[in-house]
Amino acid sequence: MSYRRLHAVFVKELHHITRDSLSLGMALAVPVMMLLLYGYALSLDVDRVPTLVYDQDNTQASRDLIRQFQGSKYFTIEGFAGDYAAIERGIDRNDILMGVVIPRDYSRKVGSGRDASVQILLDGSDSNTASIVLGYAESVVRGYSVTLRADMMNRRAGDRAVPPVDARLRVWYNSSLESKNYVVPGLIAVILQIIAALLTSLTIAREWEMGTMEQLLSTPLRPTEIVLGKMMAYFLVGLVDALVALLVGLFVFGVPLRGSIVLLAVSICTFLFGALCWGIFISAAARTQLVAYQMGLLSSFLPAFLLSGFVYAIETMPAVIRAITYVVPARYVVTLMKGIFLKGVGLNVLWGQLGFLALYALLVFFFTTRKMNQKVV
Amino acid sequence: MWERIAVILRKELIQALREPRMRVFLFLPPMIQLLIFGFAVNLDVDHTKIAWMDMDRTPLSRDLRARFEGSGRFDVVATPSSEEEVQRVLDGGDAQAVVRVLPQFERDVLRGRPTEVQVLIDGTNSNTASLVSGYASEVIAAFSQSVQAGQQNVRVLTRSPGSPANMRAPQIDGRTRVWFNPDLYSRNYFVPGVIANIIMIVTMMLTALAIVREKEIGTMEQLMVTPIRPLELMLGKTLPFALVGILDVALITTVALLVFHIPLRGSLLLLFACAVLFLMTSLGAGLFLSTISQTQQQAMMANFFFTTPAFMLSGFAFPIRNMPVVVQWLTYLNPLRYFIDIVRGLFLKGVGASVLWPQMAALTVYGVVVLGLSAMRFHKTLD
Repeated sequence: MSYRRLHAVFVKELHHITRDSLSLGMALAVPVMMLLLYGYALSLDVDRVPTLVYDQDNTQASRDLIRQFQGSKYFTIEGFAGDYAAIERGIDRNDILMGVVIPRDYSRKVGSGRDASVQILLDGSDSNTASIVLGYAESVVRGYSVTLRADMMNRRAGDRAVPPVDARLRVWYNSSLESKNYVVPGLIAVILQIIAALLTSLTIAREWEMGTMEQLLSTPLRPTEIVLGKMMAYFLVGLVDALVALLVGLFVFGVPLRGSIVLLAVSICTFLFGALCWGIFISAAARTQLVAYQMGLLSSFLPAFLLSGFVYAIETMPAVIRAITYVVPARYVVTLMKGIFLKGVGLNVLWGQLGFLALYALLVFFFTTRKMNQKVV
Repeated sequence: MWERIAVILRKELIQALREPRMRVFLFLPPMIQLLIFGFAVNLDVDHTKIAWMDMDRTPLSRDLRARFEGSGRFDVVATPSSEEEVQRVLDGGDAQAVVRVLPQFERDVLRGRPTEVQVLIDGTNSNTASLVSGYASEVIAAFSQSVQAGQQNVRVLTRSPGSPANMRAPQIDGRTRVWFNPDLYSRNYFVPGVIANIIMIVTMMLTALAIVREKEIGTMEQLMVTPIRPLELMLGKTLPFALVGILDVALITTVALLVFHIPLRGSLLLLFACAVLFLMTSLGAGLFLSTISQTQQQAMMANFFFTTPAFMLSGFAFPIRNMPVVVQWLTYLNPLRYFIDIVRGLFLKGVGASVLWPQMAALTVYGVVVLGLSAMRFHKTLD
C-alpha cells in the first residue's frame, strides 16, 4: 500500500463530496434535524390525558371522586357526557382517550360501606399510552379508595393510623426521567449509522453505474487503497456530524456527560469505521445505486433504529429477535453511549461492547477489500 | 397518447423488474419492516428484572418479596448484599431496579411506625422507568394496605371484643374496559401504521430515482427526442410505482391479517381508496424530488430529509398528543398524519367515511395540490 496513492483517492473523493453541496449540506443537516425532532417534539411520556366523565350518580361522593381526576396532572377533564354514545363518539374521533363512568348507585353503596366500582373506558389502539393511562387511572381510584377506607376504619376504631409501608422511589442516572436524556445519547449512535449508510452505500455503486470504476481499476490503485481512501473522506464527514450531534446534545439539550470523553471519542471512531466499511461493502456488492440505497437502509437504518435498544427496549423482544440484536453493531454503540453519558461507567464495564465493535470493524474491512478484489478479477 | 404511455409503462416495468436484486428489493423491505414492527417492537413492560436486597431477613420482608414475584411483573434476578454489588448490578444493566428492604423493617411495621421500602430504578430508559416505578409503588401500596387492614382489625377487636372479625369498609375499584385492542398488543398499533409508512417510502423514492437515474446516465436526452410528451412521460414514470404501492398495501394487509391477526374492522375497499388518495401526494412528492436533484445521491438524501420528519411527526411511533402544542399544529401540514389516522381508524376502530371524512378531504386536497404543482415544475424543468 502506498501512501501517495491512498492520498490521491482520498483527495478525489473529498472533491467529489464537496462539489455536491446539496448532498453535503443535507448530510450535515440530518443530525441536527433528528436531534431537534427527538429533543423537542417526540416523547413517549404521557400526561394531560383528555377524559370525558359520565356521572350517572351526580352526588357529593361522585363529585369528590371526579375531583381526584381533576387534581391529577395526568388527566384533563374535557367535559361531562350525558350518555355512553358521547364517550364512544369522542373516542372514535380521537377527541378523548378515556371515559370515566360513575354508576347510579355509587354513593349509596359507598355510604353503606359496600364495595363500589367505577367504569373506565379506554382507547386501546395505542397500546403503550393505554397501558400507562391504565396505571394512572387505577392508581387514582386506588389512592382514593385507600384514603376513604382508612378514614372510615379510623373513625370506627377511634384511632388514627397512617399507611405503614411507603415506597421510596429513587431513580438513578436520569433522576428527572426526561426522555431526552435517554434518547439523545442513543440517537447520536443512530445518526452515525444513518449517515454512514447514506454516504457510502452509493460511492462504489455510483462508480460502477457511471462506468468510472473501469477507469479506477485501470490505474495502479489496489483495492485496499480504494476502500481506505474513500473511507477516509467519508470518515471526515462522519466525524463532523458526530461533533455537531455531540455539541447540540451537550449544550442545547444539556444532556449530562458523566464518563470519559476519550472513551466516547474512541467508541465513536471505532463504530464509524465499521459502519462506513459496511456501507462500502454494500456498495461494492449492489452495483446499482438504487439497490445499494435499499440495502443500506435495510441493513443499517432499520436495525439501528429498531433493534438497538435506542427507544424500544431489547428485553421485551421475543427470544429469536433478541438473538438477532446481538449481531447489530448499533446495539453495542447505544449501550456504550448510554453507559458513558448517563451512567458514567468506564472500560471495566464496557470493554465487551468496545471489543465487539473493533472486531466487527476489522471483519467488515477484511471482507470489503476481498469483495473489491473479486471485482478486479 | 395512450399508446405512448403504454410504451413508457412497459419500459419502466421491464427496467424495474429486469434485475433480480431489484425485484427482491421492491418487496423485501416492506416485509422486513413489517416483521420487525410486528414481532420486535414492543413497548410493553412485563417481567422486569429486579435485584432484591433484603437487609431485614424476616417473615414480613419475605412476604413483600413474594408479593413482588407474585405480581407477575417482576423477576428477581440477583440478591446483592452490599452497596458495591448494587452499583455493579445497575451499572452493568443486569437489573432494571433494586428493591432495598432496610434493617428493622418488620419491627418498625409491627410497632406501627411508618417505614419505607427503597426502590432504586435505572432511569436510562425513561419510558420503562416510569412504568416500573408505577408497578413497584402499586405492589408496595397493596402490601401496605393489607398490613394496615390487618392492624386495624386487631385494634378494633381488642377495643370492642364483640365486633365482627372482619370490619366492612367500602372499597372502590376501577373496572377498566379497553376498547379496540383489549389485550393491549403493541403490534395492533404499529402494523397498520407500517402500511402508510411503506407506501410513502417506496413510491416516493422509486419515482424520484427512476427519473433522476435517466438524467444522471444521460438517457433523459434520448427520451426527450422521442415523440413522448412531458405529461405522458410523467404518467409513464409514476403509474408503475403506483402499482407497486398498491401491491405493497395488498401484501402487507394480507400478512397483517393472516400472520399477525390484526383485526380489520372497517372496509377494505375504503382502505384501498384512501391508499390511492395518499399515493397522489407521495408520487407528487417523488416527482418534486426529481426536479430538485441532479444525481441519485441527491435524490436519496433529499428523500431521507423529507421522509424522516414526515415519519416522526405522523403519530406513527410517537403520539401526536405528547408533542408540544406548536409541533402539534405543524403535524397538520403532514399528509402522512392523515393517512395514519385513517389506517388505524379502519383497522382498529372500524369507523367509516362518516368519521374519517375530514382526513380523506385533507388527503384529497394535498394530493391535488402536491401532484399538480410537482407536475407543473416537472414540465418546466423538461422544457
